[in-house]
Amino acid sequence: MNLLGKLDWSAIPLHEPIIMGATAFMVLVVVAVLGFITMQEAWLYLWREWLTSVDHKRIGVMYCVLALVMLLRGFSDAIMMRAQQAVAAGGAQGYLPPEHFDQIFSAHGTIMIFFMAMPFVVGLMNFAVPLQLGIRDVAFPTLNSVSFWLTASGALLINVSLAVGEFSKAGWWGYPPLSELQFSPGVGVDYYLWSLQISGLGTLLAGINFVTTILKMRAPGMSYMRMPVFCWTALATNLLIVAAFPVLTAVLAMLLLDRYLGFHFFTNDAGGNQMLYANLFWVWGHPEVYILVLPAFGVFSEVIATFSGKPLFGYRSMVAATMAICILSFLVWLHHFFTMGASANVNGFFGVMSMIIALPTGAKVFNWLFTMYGGRVRFSVPVLWSIGFMITFVIGGMTGVLQAVPPADFQLHNSVFLIAHFHNVIIGGVVFGVMAGYNYWFPKAFGFQLDERWGKAAFWCWFIGFYLAFMPLYLLGLMGMTRRMQHYDDLSWQPWLLLAMVGTVVILVGIVCQVVQLVVSIRNREKLRVTGDPWNGRTLEWATASPPPAWNFAVQPRVSGRDALWSSKQRALATKDEPPVRAYEPIEMPKNSATGFVTAFFAVVIGFAMIWHIWWMAGLGVFGAFVTLLTFAFRRRSEIEVPAEQIARFDRAYQAGAAI
Amino acid sequence: MRYSLLAVVLIGAATLGGCTEGVLDPQGPIALAERQILLNALGIMLAIVIPVILAILAVAFWFRASNWRASYLPDFEYSGRLELLVWSIPAMTVLLVGGVAWVGAHDLDPRKAISSTVKPVIVQVVSLDWKWLFIYPEQGIASVNHLTVPVGTPISFELTSSTVMNSFFVPQLAGQIYTMSGMMTRLHLQADHPGTYPGLSAMFSGDGFADMRFTVDALPNDGFAQWVTHTHNTGPVLDAKAYADLAKPSKAVAPFTYRAVAPNLFDGIVNAEMATDDSSLRICSTSSQRAEQ
Repeated sequence: MNLLGKLDWSAIPLHEPIIMGATAFMVLVVVAVLGFITMQEAWLYLWREWLTSVDHKRIGVMYCVLALVMLLRGFSDAIMMRAQQAVAAGGAQGYLPPEHFDQIFSAHGTIMIFFMAMPFVVGLMNFAVPLQLGIRDVAFPTLNSVSFWLTASGALLINVSLAVGEFSKAGWWGYPPLSELQFSPGVGVDYYLWSLQISGLGTLLAGINFVTTILKMRAPGMSYMRMPVFCWTALATNLLIVAAFPVLTAVLAMLLLDRYLGFHFFTNDAGGNQMLYANLFWVWGHPEVYILVLPAFGVFSEVIATFSGKPLFGYRSMVAATMAICILSFLVWLHHFFTMGASANVNGFFGVMSMIIALPTGAKVFNWLFTMYGGRVRFSVPVLWSIGFMITFVIGGMTGVLQAVPPADFQLHNSVFLIAHFHNVIIGGVVFGVMAGYNYWFPKAFGFQLDERWGKAAFWCWFIGFYLAFMPLYLLGLMGMTRRMQHYDDLSWQPWLLLAMVGTVVILVGIVCQVVQLVVSIRNREKLRVTGDPWNGRTLEWATASPPPAWNFAVQPRVSGRDALWSSKQRALATKDEPPVRAYEPIEMPKNSATGFVTAFFAVVIGFAMIWHIWWMAGLGVFGAFVTLLTFAFRRRSEIEVPAEQIARFDRAYQAGAAI
Repeated sequence: MRYSLLAVVLIGAATLGGCTEGVLDPQGPIALAERQILLNALGIMLAIVIPVILAILAVAFWFRASNWRASYLPDFEYSGRLELLVWSIPAMTVLLVGGVAWVGAHDLDPRKAISSTVKPVIVQVVSLDWKWLFIYPEQGIASVNHLTVPVGTPISFELTSSTVMNSFFVPQLAGQIYTMSGMMTRLHLQADHPGTYPGLSAMFSGDGFADMRFTVDALPNDGFAQWVTHTHNTGPVLDAKAYADLAKPSKAVAPFTYRAVAPNLFDGIVNAEMATDDSSLRICSTSSQRAEQ
């Protein structure tokens, strides 16, 4: 038995009907998907066109698919928690015992932040940034694939924890000493740590890739001040990733050393200091909030400008605001624990710094408002999400600033008021943002639009459901309800928790609408077919076919101003000249590579082996990953040449189609 | 639909009307001041947030594509004056609320003693798995999951934890403060009116967290004196052995009291984690018991 470390049959919680049911469902879905692929004989296609693809668009789409699947997983955790708190009042214990409830809220937070929100924003950046910059791919295409697959590995490990062993019961931030071996002897915290380490590495690599891409690879003529705002927010986000994720990796590594090798970084005894973890964690954690929300701000900027038929108001001030947030986000982490007993000067400083972030953010809201002013606003689905965002986000921002006042925070910290606040900004900001981006760029990615009616239904369900689900939590927080309660005595809380449950069900209807929207759109795709530029766009991604060819642009775009496509369209209207004859040249494209997929396979092996203390297997995994690296490093050819005729053929067909 | 809405409103009104606890119903000077700051900051921000929300809706509606009466300004992308306005509105708000935050952080620093002519009562708080221990060093007594305080008297807390982090919180009397092993935090509060107020842990601490609650009884001075005398006469003694028993993990513990407390017990608990070699202070290294559970 020693050969398998701590792993044996008792790791599978056969006596837990809820967990086993969820596992059975998950296995069923996976088998169904695999069966479907086999039936369609699509394995080879999948391997060649997607799994080994280094095309930034394909990788972006895979990131988004991962995020949508994880949204379903994270949401089922959410609805289970809501159901538990709706019934576990007075003496009632509800249907979830503490050791299960604790895993659910920990998994919900971890999955939603790291495997829903992160992949979604990284996916949108992956898809849109190179197109907006007018280039053919990111700086390091194979590294991009490795990044994605490492993120997917982390997600896989977290889902394995449902069936084999357990997940962490120490919350999504895993504060020690609760997460130390002393208090959490099981494998739950190890699942948490290893899946975050692996996916965090992927995110860091993606950050390096995108910073390089944006700084070094823009189309000729695209100076910094001509970049679309989404690219600016992507730059800010990736700078934050590069600066913040190493801190997370380091702090989780320290906790791993505590747990595996008996170190004492954060232990109660031998001079460990638990608040060191809290500080380091939030030095990453607060920038992380902006890592998520800045790209969403970028999406809103693109959407509002496009659908108002106007340039973005105050472009320079938007750029300044974005970069200001980027820097300020590193100066506020302590507001996550005003209640640790720091001095009044420390609390006061971090309180005021936190509020100063509201300044650039507030300026952004006004700029979006003035972008709509004097426009012709078309209320398509992405616009609904954007306006829903603006309203919801100012409320969330306000309750955030409220908690930046230290004495108010003493009362609101760790209460469900806090829960309401950060869902207010993360759903209202990030989720609404990625949904806007999903509806906005879907036709670019697949060549057909998403169904508008189902899209609108989904938006209204999410919007109303959000308010029903989280406004009661603000009130409950003021009534003194703290977070993470498996049961409670106070019966006056129950009606509000029931209302919150109703809100969650309304959100569920919204999610169902989105699934239906996708299915209906795929069925009606012939009717929903679009050309390259369905929204009358302003930026370069709309200057090519939908879906774009692997090489993105048949001829390298040259940029002579902001809103590159819009200005060239205006010029064409004004001069009524024949478009110049396009001179096609062969294009070098990066070759597909299985490196990402294989590396990720070994990463899963290493993670699983370390979690269960199967040392020989971990060694094998490291060896495999190293061999993969060597194989990649000594590859013969990394690029293939697309002949000019092929590009010309594709482009002429596209131009002819667009002209109709 | 209409009836369900009505029902929601009625339930809401009934709940709010019957809301006899929580942050909005303070019963002491600290909680009162904290509520005031909360409301001030909220008021300052609502003054700007509500007009902004209305403006967003109005602008989006008026400039809808189908409204041909709205002017179309396709080149309206910059205005120095508007930019100034755009930055100065949030700046002024931040200035105001920032002032509230800075002053508030100093006035309501949990470590700051409440100025009063009455001599404060000292209470030492230890969070255990999963219950609260309150030691009254001057009175030489202790209680579990039940805090009794005299009305109109400042209470000065010294807090620590025997295991993981918790957060000591009596919403109606004062904001919360962390309890951390090997460290001591301070908190001051005062109850102005006699009554019973709920207290709880606000920081998740494991399986028994939801039951980590206690009640605070605020008694008139003579009532408090009587309670002290009564407590002196009943219950066990809290010495190192009794503490070691108490520290074993247990859930939903019914309140009880100790008639006497070993001197310097609290200091021993705070310092135990620093000096693990000193066997006399081993009383606190009970945390491994939880792992065995």
